[in-house]
Amino acid sequence: MQSSISLSLSPSPITRSDRTAVDSFAANYSIRPRSLRFCGLRREVLGFKSSSSTQLVASSTRQHLKKKVSASLSGNGTPSKGFDYDLVIIGAGVGGHGAALHAVEKGLKTAIIEGDVVGGTCVNRGCVPSKALLAVSGRMRELQNEHHMKAFGLQVAAAGYDRQGVADHANNLASKIRSNLTNSMKALGVDILTGVGTILGPQKVKFGKVGFTDNVITAKDIIIATGSVPSVPKGIEVDGKTVITSDHALKLEFVPDWIAIVGSGYIGLEFSDVYTALGSEVTFVEALDQLMPGFDPEIGKLAQRVLINPRKIDYHTGVFASKITPAKDGKPVTIELIDAKTKELKDTLEVDAALIATGRAPFTKGLGLENINVETQRGFVPVDECMRVIDANGNLVPHLYCIGDANGKMMLAHAASAQGISVVEQVCGKDHVLNHLSIPAACFTHPEISMVGLTEPQAREKAEKEGFEVSIAKTSFKANTKALAENEGEGLAKLIYRPDNGEILGVHIFGLHAADLIHEASNAIAMGTHIQDIKFAVHAHPTLSEVLDELFKAAKVKANVSSQVGKPVAV
Amino acid sequence: MAHLLNSSFIPSSPSLRRHSIPSSPSLCTPRKPQIQAKIREIFMPALSSTMTEGKIVSWVRSEGDKLSKGESVVVVESDKADMDVETFYDGYLAAIMVEEGGVAAVGSAIALLAETEDEIAEAKSKASSSSSPSSSPATSDSPPPALEKTVEAGAADSAPSPPTPVVKATVAASSVHPASEGGKRIVASPYAKKLAKDLMVDLSGVAGSGPMGRIVAKDVEAAAAAGSAAVSTTAAEVPKPSGAKVAASPGIELGTVVPFTTMQGAVSRNMVESLAVPTFRVGYTITTDALDALYKKIKSKGVTMTALLAKAAALALVKHPVVNSSCRDGKSFTYNSSINIAVAVAIDGGLITPVLQDADKVDIYSLSRKWKELVDKARAKQLQPHEYNTGTFTLSNLGMFGVDHFDAILPPGTGAIMAVGASQPTVATKDGRIGMKSQMQVNVTADHRVIYGADLASFLQTLAKIIEDPKDLTL
Repeated sequence: MQSSISLSLSPSPITRSDRTAVDSFAANYSIRPRSLRFCGLRREVLGFKSSSSTQLVASSTRQHLKKKVSASLSGNGTPSKGFDYDLVIIGAGVGGHGAALHAVEKGLKTAIIEGDVVGGTCVNRGCVPSKALLAVSGRMRELQNEHHMKAFGLQVAAAGYDRQGVADHANNLASKIRSNLTNSMKALGVDILTGVGTILGPQKVKFGKVGFTDNVITAKDIIIATGSVPSVPKGIEVDGKTVITSDHALKLEFVPDWIAIVGSGYIGLEFSDVYTALGSEVTFVEALDQLMPGFDPEIGKLAQRVLINPRKIDYHTGVFASKITPAKDGKPVTIELIDAKTKELKDTLEVDAALIATGRAPFTKGLGLENINVETQRGFVPVDECMRVIDANGNLVPHLYCIGDANGKMMLAHAASAQGISVVEQVCGKDHVLNHLSIPAACFTHPEISMVGLTEPQAREKAEKEGFEVSIAKTSFKANTKALAENEGEGLAKLIYRPDNGEILGVHIFGLHAADLIHEASNAIAMGTHIQDIKFAVHAHPTLSEVLDELFKAAKVKANVSSQVGKPVAV
Repeated sequence: MAHLLNSSFIPSSPSLRRHSIPSSPSLCTPRKPQIQAKIREIFMPALSSTMTEGKIVSWVRSEGDKLSKGESVVVVESDKADMDVETFYDGYLAAIMVEEGGVAAVGSAIALLAETEDEIAEAKSKASSSSSPSSSPATSDSPPPALEKTVEAGAADSAPSPPTPVVKATVAASSVHPASEGGKRIVASPYAKKLAKDLMVDLSGVAGSGPMGRIVAKDVEAAAAAGSAAVSTTAAEVPKPSGAKVAASPGIELGTVVPFTTMQGAVSRNMVESLAVPTFRVGYTITTDALDALYKKIKSKGVTMTALLAKAAALALVKHPVVNSSCRDGKSFTYNSSINIAVAVAIDGGLITPVLQDADKVDIYSLSRKWKELVDKARAKQLQPHEYNTGTFTLSNLGMFGVDHFDAILPPGTGAIMAVGASQPTVATKDGRIGMKSQMQVNVTADHRVIYGADLASFLQTLAKIIEDPKDLTL
C-alpha cells in the first residue's frame, strides 16, 4: 500500500519525470526511475496522455482506500473483481519491468514474479555489464593508440589494466542498476513475488521457491516475460572456465591469450572488442559465409574493415563448430570445424578459451504452458502481432500475453519493454500495435554500429514485391566537424528511403556514438515522419547529430509536401 | 636463427614504392622510359587522402578487352571504400599486372593499356618484365641492393603499412610443432598469422614459443628478424653499386635521418649478435685453367659455374667434416649429416640462399638442373623454406663483378662461409717456369670455436686439388 504521503500526491511518484512539469517532490522520486533507462527505450514513443492517466490512478487509489485488501504489500491500484491482481508479470527483466511501470501508471494492480534476480539477462548478464566492459575497452583502445593520442598532442605512458578492477566495475554496475530497478518498482508499489512462476490455468498462476509451499494467485491478465538464456549448440561442452558463454565472460574471470568466439553477431562482436582491447587475440567462427550476417552488407563491410581487419582477429566463415572440448590435463581447448554445407571436417583449432555467442534460446522451462495447451515453436512462445499467446490449435489464449526474448520477435531488451508497454495499453482497452521496424538496435563496439528498420537487401526485396522505388543516401563522418574534432572521422550513415513519398525505410550508422545517434531516425519512423519534413529540423552545430541532418538533406524526395503538413484548415 | 643469406625478397619493385609518395611529381614517365606512349599504364589511384595502397577487388574487364575512355576497368578497395576505376584513354586492356586480391601501392602500375591490338603482345612482355624484375646475380642491371634498402627504409617510414617482405629464416627442424599433432598442422595465433602475412614469413618453418608450442607474434617477428639478419650478414658481400647507379635513386633525401624500420632494427640487433662468434679467415689462391676448360666442355650440357663450385666445395667437405659442422650453444657442436651448399643469390635488391642439398652425392648435371630450378623459383618467390634455410656451408661468389677477393660475415648457426673472387689471368710460376695462369682467390670465414686454422688450411688444400684437377667433379 502506498504511503499516505505518496497518496496525497499520488501522481508524483508514478509520473515519469520526463513527462510533466515536475514539482519538487516528483523530482526527488524521479531520480530512480530516470536512472533505469539503461537499455534504451524512450517512453515518449508510446502514448502522451499523461494527464488522463494520472487522474485514473488518483481515482482508483481512492477506491482502493475504502476496501480492505489482503495483499498487504500492494499499493498500486485495485484489482478487478474476483482477482488478486489486474496484471501479473512472470519475469522481472527489462521487459517485465517496463510493463510493470506502465501498468502502475495505468492504475493496474500489478505483481511481478521473479525466480532469480531482478533485472534479468540485460541487467545482470547482458547489456549492462557488457557496457561496463566496453567502456573500459574503449578507453584502453584510445590510450593504446599512440598515433591517435599524438594527433591530439597528448602523451600517454603505456596503458595497463587490472583485470579484477575491470571485472568489479562490471559487477558493481550490474548491482547498482539492479537495485535501482528493484527500488523503482518498490517505490511504485509493484509487488515483487519471489519464486518460479507457473501458469496453472487461465488467469491463475502459482509461484514459490523450491521446498516452500506454493502460493496461487489469480490475475485478470498475465504477461510471460521469462526471457532467454545463451544457446549452446550440440557438441559443445561448456565448463564455465575455458569454454564459456556470455554469462561467464561478463565476469571476466580471466583474459585468455587467444580466444575463439563462435558467432559474429552483436554479442560476439562486442566481446571481440573487449578482448582485443585487453590484449587477447581472437578467432571468429561464423557459420554463414560472411561475418556480421545480421548487419546491412555495406555497414558490415565497413565494420569489418575497421573492427576486424586491423585488429588481432582472424576468422573462419562458412563453418560450424561441431565439437568443442574444454581445456583439460594441460591440453588446450580444441574446436572441430566442419564445413557448413558439406559437413566435412575442415580444421581443428587449439585455443586458450572459447566463447559461445551463437545466440540465445528462449527460457520457458517450468512455465506450465502445457496447462493452457500452448506449444512452443523452436522454444519460443507463439504470439500474434499484439503479443497475445496462441495455443496449439491456433486460437488466442485469452488474457495471456508473452513479451520479449521468450516470443522471439525481436530479442532486444528495449523491444521487450516496448512490447510490455504495448500489452498494457491493450489491457487498458486501447488498440496498440508495436511497430517493430521502429525499434533501433545497437552494437557497442568502438566505434558503434546502430540501425533501425530494414537493411538495403530487405528494402529492395520489399520494394520489388510492393512495386515501389528505393533510394539510398549516405553521409560520412569525415565531413562532420565534431567527429573530426574528436579525430574519429571513420564512419558512415546510410539512409534507405522511398523517393516517391519520403518514407524512411531504414537507417544504418557506423561511427562515433552511432548508438545514440540512431534515435532521431527511429523516432521519425515511429512517428511516421517523412524525410521532407524532418529535413527542416534544426541540429546544433557542431554536433555528431549533423551526420543525420546531412543524411536527410542528401535524400532526394520527389514529393515536396507530405500529407502530415497539410494545408491550413479553418475550424 | 641459422641460415645465412636466407632470403629476403625485398619488395618486388622498390622503384614503384618510391613513387608512391603522393607528392612525387610526374609519376610515370621517368620511371619506365622504355614504355612508349602508345602503351599506357593504369595506376593504382589515390582514392582518399590517407590511402597508401589499394587492393584489387575485381577486374571488371579482362585482358584483350577493348576499352573506351571513361569505362570502369577495375574495382579497387581502399582503406575506406570500394570504388570503380575508369580508364582515361581508349585502347585495349593488354596486360593485368596485379591480379584480383592483390595489393598495389598508390601510383604503381596495375595494368597496361595498349592503343592498338598489335601492341598487346608488346605490352604483355613489358608487363612480365616489369612484374618479375631480373634477379640473376650475374646481371649487372639488377638493382643495387644497398641502395634499395635505404629507399625501403624511407618508404616504410612514411607509410607503415607497406609490407616488408622477408621470407623467413629459422631453424629448419622447427617445422614440428608440439601443438600440431606431430607437425601436421601449423598452430599460430591470429595476430601471428597476420604478421606472417605482412612480413611474408612462412609459418611452416617457425618454431612456436607460445603455450603448447603455438606460434605467437614474437616468434614471427623473430623469424622475420632472422631473415633480415641473414640478409645483412651477406651485405658485406653484396656488390656495391657503381657510381652511375647512385644517381638513379631519386627517393633518397640526403641529409635526413631515417629511423630504422622493424626489419632494420632486427638486422641491427642480429649483426651485433653475430659479434659473439669468434671468426677468423683463411685465404687461398686456386688455379682455374682446368676448371675453365671443363666448364667450356660441359657448358653446353647445362652445367653452370655455380654448380661446379658447389660440387667442388661439397667434395672437399666430405673429407673435412669439421668444416661442415656447426656450433649453436657454445658447448657442443654438430657434425651435419648432409652437405647442403647454400649459394648466395642477389635477387631484386635482396638476397636469397637457395640450397643445393646433398651436393656431394648428386651428379653435376642434376645439380645444375636443380640450380636452375631453384633460381627460377627464387625469381618467382616460390622457394620453400627447406630450399633456402637448410644450408650447412655457404658459397658467395662476387667474381662476376670483377671482385678479386673479399670477406664474408659468418651467419650464426653455421660453421663456415666461402667468399669466391674472380678468376683472372695471372703470371705464375710452376715447376720452375713462368707462365700465365688463371687464378682465383677464395677466402673462408669460419667459427674458431670448432674449426681451427689447420682444418681450414687442409680443407682449402683439398679444394684446390679438386679444382685444379676437376675430373672428379663430373663423376
